[in-house]
Amino acid sequence: MARRREAMQRLASRAVQIGFLLALSALWYAATNFWGVNHLLLPNPAAVFHELVEVLRTGQFLPDLRVTATEFVAALALATTSGMLVGFFVSRSRYWIAVFEPLFAGLYSIPIILLLPLYVLFFGLGPASKIALGTTISFFPIVLSTIAGFGNVERTLVTAARSMGASDYQLFRYVLVPAALPVILTGLRMGFTVALLSILGSETIASLAGLGHHIVQLAEDMEMARMFAYIAFVVAITVLLNGLVSHLEARGRRRG
Amino acid sequence: MSTGEIAIRIKNVGHQFGEAGEARHVRALTDTSLDVVRGELLCLIGPSGCGKSTLLNVIGGLLAPTGGTVEVAGKPVRGPMPGDIAYVFQESALFPWNTVDENIRLGMRFQGVPKSEHAGRAEKSLEAVGLAEFADHYPGQLSGGMRQRAALARALALQTGILLMDEPFGALDEQTRMILGEDLSVLLARTEKTIVFVTHSLGEAVFLADRVAVFSARPGTVKKLIRVDEPHPRNPAFVTSEKFTALRNELYDLLHDEIRAAVASEAPRRRRGANGGAP
Repeated sequence: MARRREAMQRLASRAVQIGFLLALSALWYAATNFWGVNHLLLPNPAAVFHELVEVLRTGQFLPDLRVTATEFVAALALATTSGMLVGFFVSRSRYWIAVFEPLFAGLYSIPIILLLPLYVLFFGLGPASKIALGTTISFFPIVLSTIAGFGNVERTLVTAARSMGASDYQLFRYVLVPAALPVILTGLRMGFTVALLSILGSETIASLAGLGHHIVQLAEDMEMARMFAYIAFVVAITVLLNGLVSHLEARGRRRG
Repeated sequence: MSTGEIAIRIKNVGHQFGEAGEARHVRALTDTSLDVVRGELLCLIGPSGCGKSTLLNVIGGLLAPTGGTVEVAGKPVRGPMPGDIAYVFQESALFPWNTVDENIRLGMRFQGVPKSEHAGRAEKSLEAVGLAEFADHYPGQLSGGMRQRAALARALALQTGILLMDEPFGALDEQTRMILGEDLSVLLARTEKTIVFVTHSLGEAVFLADRVAVFSARPGTVKKLIRVDEPHPRNPAFVTSEKFTALRNELYDLLHDEIRAAVASEAPRRRRGANGGAP
């Protein structure tokens, strides 16, 4: 009974969410077709859809997608490796936790995007500066969650494993990792989000290629319908990736 | 039992936390000597902070004492001895991300039991504690009493000669505690293990123990050993017998003074000089 009511409620909130998006689209349609909003400011949704089909059909997005995807994967891989390694070793000592945890938390709170001009000077306008920025930004949530995850494993569990003869490796594999995993997964999801945001953002500010770069280019060429099509394309990709990561996180939590 | 061989030999063991002069310096245990006979159940009872859990950790090799030695099966204890000693902790130390069955198998993996024996041993130990139907449950899905049974099953599957239990039923309600105590007595009569059992409960100590070691206030040491001559498995009727009551009262008298002393020794620390001269 309670379960059915819950399902009904979930259905109802879904309906409201979809209704909201539909209403927004209708408003958009009305604004461009009947209320005379300038098409240079806001293109017609039908025109945008047409452009989107065109972009997907010709595959012209591929070179820019490849650049952005490469930057993103490289940044996330670097941040994950360094963040988890540093986090694990810091978590091994109370003293190090007391020293580094506040330091990382403090650095995390400053707007790291301001380093972009510096990174462009260091690494140029190409992918390297985007990778550097994405790595710097996503390093912090990952290292902080790794410290928290490994640093707060319940003492009794470690003692119990030791008393049963667990080796260092067994302790790591069967106790520390499963205990820390849920917290680390949350940090990875946050790192994922901020890496994507900062890379797309920095591409729109100073770059030579990439999806963010292309969107700015289209805006400068006044190709508004196509620009909107690209934005829709990027949004669709990020929604898909976010869904995938949330799903993986939930699975990891259940197992962990 | 007095003629039995010695399973655990505790010689002049003392332990202090921190260095003398430090604020956190505590002399938990002093000059404690005790022999645990093979196959007996020895209860350690005493006021809070008397070092009984410290002694248990020293026996288990989880803590190196600042003085004295412990020998298990003739060998000096220098670290955990998973082949000889299994532990049941106060709070369930089950791994929450593993099922009961997986917990038991993991213990055996840590201890180095050949994989072919895992299934049989896990099943047997779960049956022994009456949890056979809950093998695939996660600890979070069990009641406190069932979790402690599962922890006991994990320890039993290790098939050690010695079992150390640190207030295993301490967090449970009185009734669950009573039932678990009765079941433990039945179980232990069959397994012939040597058990050292730390408890706060006078009734639990008398009901379970072959001998009860009463600890003095901090720094703790064994003040008196009391023998409970009653065969295992203990009958529930034992609880209402005169013998039980007499032993329980004797323990109460011994402990009462020590608990007073423990409280008194805490008091001047807290309000030193506040009302000097008062008795």
